[in-house]
Amino acid sequence: MRYNERELLSLARQPAEKAAEILMRVPKKGSVLKKRLVKLVVNFLFYFRTDEAEPIGALLLEHCRITKEEENVFSISFIEEPERKYCFECDSEEQCLEWIEALKRASYEFMRRSLIFYRNEIQKMTGKDPLEQYGISEEARFQLGTHKQ
Amino acid sequence: MKLNERSVAHYATCDSPADHAGFLRKRVERHHHHATSYQRRWFVLKGNLLFYFEERESREPLGLVVLEGCTVELCEATEEFAFAIRFDDAGARAYVLVADGQAAMEAWVKALSRASFDYMRLVVKELEKQLEEACKSLAACRKSPRKSSSSGRKRHLSNPALLPLQEKPAILENGYSTWGSGGGVPGGAACPDRDGGHAKPPPLPPRRRLATGSTAGSPVPSFSPAMPESPVSLATVCFSKLHSWYGQEIAVLRREWQERQKRGHP
Repeated sequence: MRYNERELLSLARQPAEKAAEILMRVPKKGSVLKKRLVKLVVNFLFYFRTDEAEPIGALLLEHCRITKEEENVFSISFIEEPERKYCFECDSEEQCLEWIEALKRASYEFMRRSLIFYRNEIQKMTGKDPLEQYGISEEARFQLGTHKQ
Repeated sequence: MKLNERSVAHYATCDSPADHAGFLRKRVERHHHHATSYQRRWFVLKGNLLFYFEERESREPLGLVVLEGCTVELCEATEEFAFAIRFDDAGARAYVLVADGQAAMEAWVKALSRASFDYMRLVVKELEKQLEEACKSLAACRKSPRKSSSSGRKRHLSNPALLPLQEKPAILENGYSTWGSGGGVPGGAACPDRDGGHAKPPPLPPRRRLATGSTAGSPVPSFSPAMPESPVSLATVCFSKLHSWYGQEIAVLRREWQERQKRGHP
């Protein structure tokens, strides 16, 4: 699959939602925990060698599962391959839980659902559709219930 | 730079809802070549990602355009109904796309201009704020006595009018809602709670279902005492908190529903 790496590299340089040096292990045979600079930007998690300006890799955080593992540790896996886990060992349990929360909220799909939820609640409470002012109330992606293209 | 391509491709092709889809002709960028040519591709927009496929039925995307840090504009091309995705990063190449007609072009430009994560985030934050304000003003007006199941605990925001559980998909994984009806069912589709077999209204949130508290008339069996207290109060309506908090109850409900399904209930 082609993708414009340049765009991703540029995105990796944007201000991060969250960034920290964390021990990381990729789901590859024989891989070990390595210290990485991990940076959350929109729905991508970039990871860098700590002394490099360009990331080694990026994870798109859609349709993924963030799991609390043992103490200080969480993992990211993807729907179609739940056993393949990217593991992250934090400095503290607190840091671990913060990252889990941030990553769970970091998907576009999560935001879409939030929006639909809020829209519906506001409509119920005020009788008005809050999306009308944005001119996006008819968009399929914001409809409650069956989401048809 | 590595990317979790398999997962990305899976996201592109799975049945989670696309925000927009259609055929577009994509300009082929050839250097040192004077004649421009276009290739017809099937485009699918999901969130801030624009995928393109060789054919509509292709099982894997040919490519992906990440729609961050870009603008979408009509462009001066020899082709009619052409528009371009241009990136703030000056050196990045633009994507020139051609739609089938005026309406298609406008629809694409509109969808793509609003596809960025930041745009979504902005709208969500704004709605969150509006909801908080609506709650506050509603609370100020409301004088009805509150049935409190335990002392001092703040009320969940919407009291009896709470969004029924079936309108919130069982969010167990990030961005992938599963109702147990097999695969990624988008929010609300084939909601099991809507079926005719369950005549009772959806249960209210489990704030009352701590080990000590229980409310008469709760239609749903109580959960394990380990269920945490609702973190939500009128002042802190926050979807993410509600989300993780409900997620636990929904997991239990889902299991129960699945068991009932196995036993042949409608």
